[in-house]
Amino acid sequence: MAARQPSVRIAGAPAGKPRPELAAAVRSDRRTEWLLRALAFGAFALIAFMVVTVVIKAWPSFSYNGLGWFGSGGDVSTELRVMREGTPLPGHGLAYFRAWPLIWGTVVTTVVAVVLALVISTLAAVFLTEFAPTRVRRAVEPVVRLLAGVPSVIYGLIGILALAPWINEHLISNSRKQSVIYVVQLNGANITTASLILTVMILPIMIALCANALAAVPVSWREGSAALGVNRWRTIWRVSLRTAWPAIAAATVLATARALGEAVMLAMVAGGTAFAANPLDGLTFFFEPVRPLAAMIFQESEGLTIATLSHTIYAMAAVLLVSATMLSFAGWAAKQPMKRYGVRA
Amino acid sequence: MASVAASPGPSPPPAVPVPRERVSSWPLIDRVCYWLCWITGIGLCVIAVAIVVFMFVKGIAYLRPELFVKSPAASLRQTQSGGFLDPIIGTFVVTAIGTAVAAPLGIALGVWLSEYRSPRWLARIVGSSIEILAGVPSIVLALFGLLIVSKGFLSFLSQGSPQGALGESFLDAGLFMALLAMPLIVAATYEALEQVPDRVREASWALGKTRATTIRHVLLPSIRPSMAGGVVLGMGRIIGDTAIVTVLLGLTLKNEPVGSTPIIGTLRGTGSTLTSYIFYNSPAGEGNSHEKAYAAAFVLLMVVLALNALVTRITRGREPGSRSWWSGFLTRARLVGGGSTSGGPEP
Amino acid sequence: MDPLMPPPVRRIAVDRQPNIAPPGDATNGGGAPTTVAHAHLRRPAATPTSVKERMRLESVWLAYGSNWVVRDVSLSVRQGEVLALIGASGSGKTTLLRSLNRLTEVTEGAARSGLVTLDGTDVHELEVNELRRRVTMVFQQPNPFPMTIFDNVAYALVERNGRRRRRRTPEIEAAVVDALQRAGLYSEVADDLDHSALALSGGQQQRLCIARALAARPEVLLLDEPCSALDPISTATIEELIVQLRESIAIVIVTHNLQQAFRVADEVAFMHLGELVEYGSSKQVFDRPRAQRTRDYINGAFG
Repeated sequence: MAARQPSVRIAGAPAGKPRPELAAAVRSDRRTEWLLRALAFGAFALIAFMVVTVVIKAWPSFSYNGLGWFGSGGDVSTELRVMREGTPLPGHGLAYFRAWPLIWGTVVTTVVAVVLALVISTLAAVFLTEFAPTRVRRAVEPVVRLLAGVPSVIYGLIGILALAPWINEHLISNSRKQSVIYVVQLNGANITTASLILTVMILPIMIALCANALAAVPVSWREGSAALGVNRWRTIWRVSLRTAWPAIAAATVLATARALGEAVMLAMVAGGTAFAANPLDGLTFFFEPVRPLAAMIFQESEGLTIATLSHTIYAMAAVLLVSATMLSFAGWAAKQPMKRYGVRA
Repeated sequence: MASVAASPGPSPPPAVPVPRERVSSWPLIDRVCYWLCWITGIGLCVIAVAIVVFMFVKGIAYLRPELFVKSPAASLRQTQSGGFLDPIIGTFVVTAIGTAVAAPLGIALGVWLSEYRSPRWLARIVGSSIEILAGVPSIVLALFGLLIVSKGFLSFLSQGSPQGALGESFLDAGLFMALLAMPLIVAATYEALEQVPDRVREASWALGKTRATTIRHVLLPSIRPSMAGGVVLGMGRIIGDTAIVTVLLGLTLKNEPVGSTPIIGTLRGTGSTLTSYIFYNSPAGEGNSHEKAYAAAFVLLMVVLALNALVTRITRGREPGSRSWWSGFLTRARLVGGGSTSGGPEP
Repeated sequence: MDPLMPPPVRRIAVDRQPNIAPPGDATNGGGAPTTVAHAHLRRPAATPTSVKERMRLESVWLAYGSNWVVRDVSLSVRQGEVLALIGASGSGKTTLLRSLNRLTEVTEGAARSGLVTLDGTDVHELEVNELRRRVTMVFQQPNPFPMTIFDNVAYALVERNGRRRRRRTPEIEAAVVDALQRAGLYSEVADDLDHSALALSGGQQQRLCIARALAARPEVLLLDEPCSALDPISTATIEELIVQLRESIAIVIVTHNLQQAFRVADEVAFMHLGELVEYGSSKQVFDRPRAQRTRDYINGAFG
């Protein structure tokens, strides 16, 4: 749709010679338009500037480490300490950094949280749009809204003061702790706690979007399916979910971005060390600490005065920024198939 | 006409309410899915209620009236000393600055995207940028902020660079908090304006009003509830944020003003907000007095809940029975976490 | 048959002769033609081989909330006959139709009284999805699912409340082809069975919905104003279809179009404000209506 244009001429005005107050009004109108356009351009410029400056500030770290920046090979905490103290490790420069444990931690927590949230939120959205009686629905809606508004620190507080100690006491046995004590310390701050709370944090958004997508499916299809003798669940499965899956995919992308960017809660709950949890450890894997990227940035944010350290931290920020941008586009792309049916969700 | 009216017939018999479809007749796998849905729905409520009740119980246990009026004070007996007056003031100041900057800019952007949006390529780019901004983690925004404010020309905003440092101040934090709230406000304004039918605009133009006047006097007043809803949503996001506070406001507890001018000094100085106070006092921070953390968390949660209720109240009366409550919530949901679900305004 | 040419239209022509009522007739222009002069517009009343009663309604009352929408209706639905429910808007005919396959249950606050039986069994004692497979319904607006044509027609067969069957078994393919043929659509879409159903025209979509309803081999077919959204040629095709199908299926059609009822129906039930005003054979209701209200409606005095 093109920009809206007033195209009505004022009756009574002699053609070609507008009245003076009219000319002033038109001039001020155009001024407003230019002002707003400049503002919009400024917004875009600011955001582009942000991307550019962060990448520029991050560049030294990437240029030193090359693609190995994303690889493994060394202990992250040691490398950061090296940068803080200024004494390089033998054989490497000051800017040596291998971010793999951080990336792996990010990937694991995000993927687990998103997958869990997808399943739970689809079921919950189906519940809300289809199975719940009106009274129950009216009670559950504010609850979901409430969950969305809780700040991350509070989730982190609950995690670190309630959930983590519980897991520490009841799920991690002493023998397990002993078995890995030379490598890492197991306590309640670990992958499982982090993923669980992260799931709860991204659930409200996903539920809202999934429910919206399901509600946007035309009633005529659901009614037609019922009239053919297909029960409600099958109708949802074969008609509603099948139509709405692009919107659900877009919701997943959005939730992934949210999970990626979560710094504070994960800093409090995910674990004290930047450790690459090893799935080959079997069950112990679930109790190993991790430190996702955003949490790492948050923890190290005091060290930004030191040059190499700040480059490394900005490098991490650049990775997050680029991921967020790519997820934005992925979300847009995921929604495209729905336009085929003219369903607007 | 007499023949059109219904003739009195036999009186209706007692009615039997129609039975709903019995789930027990479904095949097993469908029944399992049905019950899974129910369990999920109820489980969700249980979790949410548990969170609130937990914070409530813990908070009430540690909340004392004096906490509201005393400043944080270090002492050996952490549980007895100091309160969170400063963090409360800090939250208030940061939110006020952030909203004051974000609201006019956000509304203006929303208006431009909806009403003018020319040239089209610019509209698409700006729309995409806003959605990207919504998806950027707040910690990255904080780092960006640090890059900008520690440059010399902006050092008037904060302590400046005597130690070569880092511009931490309320002004800085508030400014970049605005970036958090802006996408929400833009989206709320934009969507509300899109809902206003074209005939309203055309009626105003046909009376000889310019576009700017129409927007200011006709359109904006008509979408006031949505705009207010968006602004309150933005405020909620600002209040709940910790990352920007930590980086751009410092992790100090008390508000430390800079210089002697009363208000400007505070604004240029460092301080804390409820969120950073909670973080500081939790085992992850340095304070390790979790009683105070609980109390502060309780206060924060109450504030957030109150804001939630406010948003519902503001945005409810608009379109009863429209696209249900999801529409208002979705504006926040779409943007609170980040990412986008569309490529910006449809051209 | 050339797929680009519309199917031949029998008997229902756009009547270009003015509607001249012979002198002495009670009707005037604007109402349904009821005189012998227009008898050629009525379908030949084929004598069905057997007239079996399929559904019976006895003293049915239906309400939404406290509002009685259908009052004390007793009807019989027979295989081999087309029953038309006619009446003005709000007369309760659609509600009555929907009660036949218990679609009224979907609305909250619905209440009922009376007896509806299918082959002697109370429909409320049957399992509802079982009932809806034996009594299927076609709606006013065509509503094909966003799937291929084949999947649309096979939908009811695949999603039986039982073991889930594989979609492309030979039986299902045969059933789909058969349903499409009975609906008169097969020749037009034989090569396009795997294309999206949403790409069809309005009339084709409605015939697809009919095929979809037929695929489940129902015993009763309910049609809720199936042609109101369609052009005259599609309407004619579907009316042809209805008359052909009545041999094997009992058909109930709700229509606000008197001419359509005249063309298609064998039995007519006229409802007004929820009450069953007149119920009898089509010939009788149109030629010699007993109630004054029926006469008024047919003459176009209200509607």
